[in-house]
Amino acid sequence: MTEAPLLEMRGITKAFLGSVVLSEVDLTCVAGEVHAVVGENGAGKSTLMKVLAGAYQPDAGEVLVEGEARSFHHPVQAQAAGVAIIYQEFNLLPERSVAENVFVGREPARLGLVDRRRMEADTARLLAELGERSFSPRSRVGDLSVAQQQVVEVVKARSLDARILVMDEPTASLADEEASALLDLVRRLRDGGMAVLYISHRMPEVFAVADRVTVLKDGRLVETLAVADTTPSQLVAKMVGRELDGYVPPRATDTELGDVRLAVRGGGNRALDGIDLEVRAGEIVGIGGLQGAGRTELARAVFGADPFTRGTVEIDGIERRLGSPRDGISAGLGFITEDRKEEGLALSQSVRDNALLGLRSTRRRHNGRDALVEELATSTELRAKSLDQEVRFLSGGNQQKVVLAKWLALDPGVLLFDEPTRGIDVGAKAAIHDLMRGLARSGKAVVMVSSELPELIGMSDRIVVMREGRVAGELPGGATEQEVIALAAGSDPVLAHDEPARERGAQPAPRSGAGSEVGDET
Amino acid sequence: MKRFKLPVNVLPIWPALGIVLAVGWITVTIDGGSFFTSSNMTNILQRSVALGIVAVGQTVAILVGSLDLSVAYLISLSSLVAAETMDGKESMLVPAIALTLALGAGVGLVNGLVVTKLRVNAFIATLGMALVLKGYLADNYSRPSGEVSETWKSFGYTRMGPVPVSIFLFVGVALVVGFVLRRTRWGYHVYAVGGDEPVSALSGLRTHRVVIGAHVLCSVAAALTGLFLASRLGSGTPRVGTDGGYDLESIAAVVLGGTALVGGKGRVNGTVAAVLVLAVLDNVFNQLEVDPFLKQALRGVVIIAAVALYARRRLVAREEETSAPPVETTGPTEVVPA
Repeated sequence: MTEAPLLEMRGITKAFLGSVVLSEVDLTCVAGEVHAVVGENGAGKSTLMKVLAGAYQPDAGEVLVEGEARSFHHPVQAQAAGVAIIYQEFNLLPERSVAENVFVGREPARLGLVDRRRMEADTARLLAELGERSFSPRSRVGDLSVAQQQVVEVVKARSLDARILVMDEPTASLADEEASALLDLVRRLRDGGMAVLYISHRMPEVFAVADRVTVLKDGRLVETLAVADTTPSQLVAKMVGRELDGYVPPRATDTELGDVRLAVRGGGNRALDGIDLEVRAGEIVGIGGLQGAGRTELARAVFGADPFTRGTVEIDGIERRLGSPRDGISAGLGFITEDRKEEGLALSQSVRDNALLGLRSTRRRHNGRDALVEELATSTELRAKSLDQEVRFLSGGNQQKVVLAKWLALDPGVLLFDEPTRGIDVGAKAAIHDLMRGLARSGKAVVMVSSELPELIGMSDRIVVMREGRVAGELPGGATEQEVIALAAGSDPVLAHDEPARERGAQPAPRSGAGSEVGDET
Repeated sequence: MKRFKLPVNVLPIWPALGIVLAVGWITVTIDGGSFFTSSNMTNILQRSVALGIVAVGQTVAILVGSLDLSVAYLISLSSLVAAETMDGKESMLVPAIALTLALGAGVGLVNGLVVTKLRVNAFIATLGMALVLKGYLADNYSRPSGEVSETWKSFGYTRMGPVPVSIFLFVGVALVVGFVLRRTRWGYHVYAVGGDEPVSALSGLRTHRVVIGAHVLCSVAAALTGLFLASRLGSGTPRVGTDGGYDLESIAAVVLGGTALVGGKGRVNGTVAAVLVLAVLDNVFNQLEVDPFLKQALRGVVIIAAVALYARRRLVAREEETSAPPVETTGPTEVVPA
């Protein structure tokens, strides 16, 4: 480790529209090292990687590869310098073969004709080095599993002679077995002299595979430390350990709760099973759980977007069959979706048109609508130049208020919020939280899906934690982050994984001798 | 569930061609006509040539994720430029061909530049080009004009036994374009850019060049069609392209041949088969003396039905994929919810 580190990032700072997402972050990575980058959502992990990839230009700081300052203005430049990135969304062409994907843009040619045989032989050799036998260079990428596609990305990186490989949440959509095979692969790449930056927030993986770990929190570097010198619970504390800054409105008292407005009994569909859920007037029920646990799916099922195929849904004591969003709306549901730009707003239309969208699509009467919009704009404290302004010019917080106004225009009894404050700055967040609490207090039943623990814990009167499409359990408002995580993960992961990490990683049987082959190659 | 599956390399349009031939043969025979005669087969092939060449070009434009609505007017203009330049003189044959193809290349270049550099949607860009050409034609021509040379005229009618020589032009164009797409780097890039332009750009491809090249090729194919039609008609005609409906027909043939309208997937041989299917249908309808308007309607139904079948195949394929047992989630490995 005496030579210059393969990769060094110094004082990387990046802001978007005045909101600082990275502030003076340093990171070094040497050859033959797996360096994990951990942090909560919004900690700046992905932004840091995009700076490295050349997708973003940092506002300050520099990137050095093998001691030499480089500035990447296009991903292709980063690629040429030996940096390969595997994003969660793969950069692959599903209709083309594995070999065609690996060599896209660099097809070996003889006399102007693509040398398919060489391309496939080279790909086969790279696949063999990685011990991958489940598919061939001729397989169509669209037919491969996510895990296999990931291997294609790795092969592509290796064929580019990448020395620095960045993997962004590589196991996010993998099954257990696939994930451990991937960790195996990462180790072999490391042993072959690659520097691997491994972005994850899954502690067991980090401890299984990483040599060092860098913790980011709120865009700042917390610490870089050797994995051997720490424990998962210490790391988690560094990641989440923060004051509950933000203001949270007070919870409902028992006297404020009214009748049950939403009741789901035995609800299930392809993603969900055995869902029992009751939400009373005046109550905010938080839905927590890990990614893929079925939180959004639950909200969508209740709303009728991906309907329940089993069980019953009662709204205000009346059983309803909700087979489409239109059914949901007429039953008195409102659904503030996770992605407001894609699913919540018609971006190029005015505030007024957006606010009236739901009303116009479901009701006939046309009286008093302008007055209604004015009233909603006031009650949501919407800040727009005029009601005729196009919503794409509004800030995230104000856009969210327009979405909310759209639903309030329909006067729903039950409001489903999916990540209500994602991508919204702190001040506007508090305003949205206040609005939500106000709505509950006015007698509405509120369901809030959130992956931000402080929000989930701070806002909810009760927290329903999901796991693998089922309700894992329920916690009172104000539960600790640890309690929520324990329920979400199905055990007490923090305690369970406190043992030394290396052994856990060694579980998957290493594939025969492939590791040394990787080493020989580079 | 077992399902009859075609070998990977056979596009479903080829068996469809077989079925159309069989059904055509039966109905025409019942009707008292004769179908599998050499003169009738010759007729079918002859009629495929013009649509075939332009459709092969259109295939490339669609594969790259674009499309070309200006081909019909370009065909008309090409027939006029060819016939007027030749003016009945053998000596002008080669210059006329060169000039016509250059005209095609020029139109394709403009189409490609407008689509890539000005970022105009291909639909609008090529529709605009179509209107420009239409205006020029309307302004300068009201009747057939020019005269092709004798050799060029004979090219359109000569046969080798029962096989019209012009069919070799179609087959040649199809083979060359098919070869270019499947074997050259440029061909690979057409599929890549049509499949996913951002991914291609991130892989270092100069995607604009690929798109422009595809448009040039498509327009040159249209110009070649114009040349061929001039040979058949003996002169240039300002409405030969639009009367043949080559703009929408060529797109219909490409889609019927299994090429995805969004690009990135498809093959020239599918387009060839689709062109033959359309020609056989035409022939059968003509022999049965189907009312021309009904004939159009029937063609429309066939095209829609075929594309609906493709959509269904894809849907079935996807359902088979997703109905596999769901992947176990990774369970207790995550510490902070995403």
